[in-house]
Amino acid sequence: MPKLTIDGIEFEAEAGSSVLQACEALGIEIPRFCYHERLSVAGNCRMCLVEMERSPKPVASCAMPVAEGMVIHTNTETVKKARNGVMEFLLINHPLDCPICDQGGECDLQDQAMAYGKDSSRYHEHKRAVKDKYMGPLVKTIMTRCIHCTRCVRFATEIAGVPELGLLGRGEGAEISTYLEKALASELSGNVIDLCPVGALTSKPYAFHARSWELGKTESIDAMDAVGAAIRIDSRGNEVMRVLPRLNDDVNEEWLSDRSRFACDGLRRQRLDKPYVRGADGKLAPASWDEALAAVTSKLGGIDGSKIAAIAGDQCDAESMFALKSLMESLGSPNLDCRQEGAVLDGSGARAGYIFNSGFAGIEDADALLIVGSNPRIEAPVVNARIRKRWLLGDFPVGVIGQQADLTYEYDYLGAGPQTLGEIASGKHPFAKVLQKAERPMIIVGMGALARTDGAAVLAAARKVAEDTGAAGRDWNGFNILHTASARVGGLDLGFVPGEGGRDVAGIMEGAEKGNIEAVYLLAADEIDMNRFGKAFVIYQGHHGDMGAHRADVILPGAAYTEKSGTWVNSEGRVQRGQRAAFPPGEAKEDWTILRALSGVMDKTLPFDTLTALREQMARAYPVFATLDDLVPAQWGAFGTADGALGEGAFAPAIANFYMTCPISRASETMAECTAVFVNGGKEATGTDG
Amino acid sequence: MLADKDRIFTNLYGLHDWGLEGARARGDWDGTKEILARGRDAIVDEIKASGLRGRGGAGFPTGLKWSFMPKESDGRVHYLIVNADEGEPGTCKDRDIIRHDPHKLIEGCLIAGFAMGAETAYIYIRGEFHHEANVLEIAIQQARDAGLLGDDACGSGWRFDIHVHRGAGAYICGEETALIESLEGKKGQPRLKPPFPAASGLYGCPSTVNNVESIAVVPTIMRRGASWFAGLGRENNTGTKLFCISGHVNKPCNVEEEMSIPLKELIEKHAGGVRGGWENLLAVIPGGSSVPCLPSTICNDVLMDFDSLKDARSGLGTAAVIVMDKSTDIVRAITRLAQFYKHESCGQCTPCREGTGWMWRIMERLATGEANVEEIDMLEEVSRQVEGHTICALGDAAAWPIQGLIRHFRPELERRILDRQVGGAAAAE
Repeated sequence: MPKLTIDGIEFEAEAGSSVLQACEALGIEIPRFCYHERLSVAGNCRMCLVEMERSPKPVASCAMPVAEGMVIHTNTETVKKARNGVMEFLLINHPLDCPICDQGGECDLQDQAMAYGKDSSRYHEHKRAVKDKYMGPLVKTIMTRCIHCTRCVRFATEIAGVPELGLLGRGEGAEISTYLEKALASELSGNVIDLCPVGALTSKPYAFHARSWELGKTESIDAMDAVGAAIRIDSRGNEVMRVLPRLNDDVNEEWLSDRSRFACDGLRRQRLDKPYVRGADGKLAPASWDEALAAVTSKLGGIDGSKIAAIAGDQCDAESMFALKSLMESLGSPNLDCRQEGAVLDGSGARAGYIFNSGFAGIEDADALLIVGSNPRIEAPVVNARIRKRWLLGDFPVGVIGQQADLTYEYDYLGAGPQTLGEIASGKHPFAKVLQKAERPMIIVGMGALARTDGAAVLAAARKVAEDTGAAGRDWNGFNILHTASARVGGLDLGFVPGEGGRDVAGIMEGAEKGNIEAVYLLAADEIDMNRFGKAFVIYQGHHGDMGAHRADVILPGAAYTEKSGTWVNSEGRVQRGQRAAFPPGEAKEDWTILRALSGVMDKTLPFDTLTALREQMARAYPVFATLDDLVPAQWGAFGTADGALGEGAFAPAIANFYMTCPISRASETMAECTAVFVNGGKEATGTDG
Repeated sequence: MLADKDRIFTNLYGLHDWGLEGARARGDWDGTKEILARGRDAIVDEIKASGLRGRGGAGFPTGLKWSFMPKESDGRVHYLIVNADEGEPGTCKDRDIIRHDPHKLIEGCLIAGFAMGAETAYIYIRGEFHHEANVLEIAIQQARDAGLLGDDACGSGWRFDIHVHRGAGAYICGEETALIESLEGKKGQPRLKPPFPAASGLYGCPSTVNNVESIAVVPTIMRRGASWFAGLGRENNTGTKLFCISGHVNKPCNVEEEMSIPLKELIEKHAGGVRGGWENLLAVIPGGSSVPCLPSTICNDVLMDFDSLKDARSGLGTAAVIVMDKSTDIVRAITRLAQFYKHESCGQCTPCREGTGWMWRIMERLATGEANVEEIDMLEEVSRQVEGHTICALGDAAAWPIQGLIRHFRPELERRILDRQVGGAAAAE
């Protein structure tokens, strides 16, 4: 490790690190605009200049590797002068429109100008003005503010894998632009807003809505997909204004997918804010909580448990699912299911059979990858960025079975359906050799491969591939299931699946159509065909007036993920806790309290009065819930042993439209715009749409 | 004055055949095989001993630069890159070498390439040099056909080939790392150093970028010996040099002269003197647009070499001598250069992108006197804020001419401002 001296302090820096990193390690702050830990070094802002002995000029510390015997000064007059000079240059053509800039209050340029700026300008020429660029419905541009740090360009090129941004022109005329003036077609595009150190790229939906300092900030967990990204929910009063990513190196690094970031305007629309009961006229009418709970009680109390069923939705917190399961058990119903899409994963089998065993960070250790029936770019963009990151390092063969899509990295397209997987499982396919040769092969199985009639056989084949190739070894478990729903692993962990003789989702629907199931309790479940419940009495507990609420006979208004303190388990099996950032609207309540209240009215009182008591019981019954935030390696055990033949049909995409996957995103105007631009190809609306 | 026997570029004016036969008649390609047979280290040592300093402007010792290339390949190939993107205003020496004596360059490429373990050379030629590029391509083909290049170049057993790449007109592509970027097909923007090209250059492989003149003199040095070359000029400023004399002289010309020739002698002997006589001299830019100008008082006795001009707070640069007589509006002239640098800044790093435009705008006002006297100091300060703070040397190149102007012609700047103020006051009365 090279030893160098920084400001008179001798210091052993990590070999290969930069002077800037060494300074940071010593707690010496170096101002910077272009430098970013997760992007390549550009060295173009020149703000991080430091003095290096034996160098006639100050050096850019972000780009200077540490070397033995280096002597660095960061606090001399020369350094201060150099930085002041750079700051002055950055400001001469900056509009200084901070009062109307959305970046105001959280702007690097603003902050650093406090330390290195002057109180007045000596630039008396005309300032440069730059035409704004169109980057789609999410990213607003005010390009006059741009300081050409190229962070956005490097993000798009390196992390997102969509080389659509660049610096056009040169000198004073240089402008950041999308080359073709088209929307930035990435599921991670919102991250350029965070990266932009000034107000050149800001959030379009959030424009002029709030100032950063007037927002309440709640650290929470994202529930829009099964990644479980760390987020910060910024709210004003009871309104969620925006969602930002937080750092979590193991999960999302510091990125967030566009849906998770921008769908929050859907939290304000289509909300269920009071209970409803369907009257004799067949119409839903507002009711009081007492009336609604009484209506549920009178129905459920009168029928046998085997005729009652419950389905949990894709964003449910573990607490409410635990409460519902407890209630169903006390009613004697074995008809439970949390797998709306019908994936064959079974919570009763080994946990290793339904989680992302290697962890997302494990992707970086893998040396070969087989993707089965998944499009990670759509299903988990942040995970896809991790795969790309590994791919960029080289020596990483990737094979895909399923949909042939642009994943932002190169891969061998092996086939469309289970037959190809069968060939690999039998060792006949050449890619089987690739996996066998690898030291840490990885298999990612998506919902597109498992939510089908031959899903069990697919799972069995995938398991066989994992065992044969060493993907499921003693020291390395690269057998990974990639979920799309944030509630799913939690549901499986809780055993929210059919009990002894119970019906699964398909069975419940069939039963309802035939009259064998008389009442269905939907816990925010909207992704199933609501026309197939026949004459069954449907109770919908949820937060949005989506599919489920339309079919319901009783509506119990619940809370969205930002409005409750809840536990979610991500694809990796990581148990994480989200915090409430706002209250549910109107009379709506946190979900576990609704179930607790209902149980009381039904005289089946659930044995917990507080969230803490509920969590204690949940952790006692299912110990995995006692392990907060950490990954517990799952034992390789029995799962995917079902017999059955592999089918013929191609694996279908698990998600049709990335921007609309849940009641919140379907209610979001922003997501509707994104759908129009990115999914429907930006064709102009015609006729009555216009 | 340089004796004819010591001239390297004997067809500088294109009076003879530039082709292979003509070149051979002038002594090129003579004993190249034997030169290569002396081995890599011997060649590098010979060039080091000759004291040859880079002819592209910075004056870095050429032999030393070659010695930075790895001795053994680590699996990566080595590249020699010849910088023929001659864009420095006032400079036109490489152009004459290429169109009139291309085989000097080609033979130099082979020797230099061999000395650094490169089997491939790229010549990055300025896009505007259409004719020159054609000549060069033909000359390279002649050399290939004659077996001087190819799998067994000159029968030396060394495989060597040269490719010509045409630039697209950006001044910044003459900066060595921007040139490499451009050669790779990217936008010509200078790279951060370190890593230096010798460690990681073209396509991430060890590369050395040399100026055309630096490479073209190599065969002659190898044939006539380092001591001959070192015997010309002064210590540390050895050899011959091509000077490009333009501007207000009676006979603008390119001429090969001994290094360290007095500026006055150079102008009077070769360019027919300053228009209207030496007394009519206002200033000289001695090394291309990037170096500070010198007033006539300094021009009287300054020597044309790296160290002497450095001592005079200017530079030899490309040795493009731009002569300005007293009819010149020196402020306008430097303003035009400021505009050039503003136009050619790549826009990558802050001080140059923002500073060049600012300096040019102040210069525009100073040219008409539409400024305050304090702004002269401010301009000087702004130029210091650009200088030394940028990724490449373009920032320095933009700052120096302005600094030179302020250093030597401050009274002229002040006079214009005062004239305008007085004129304005008179008009207001």
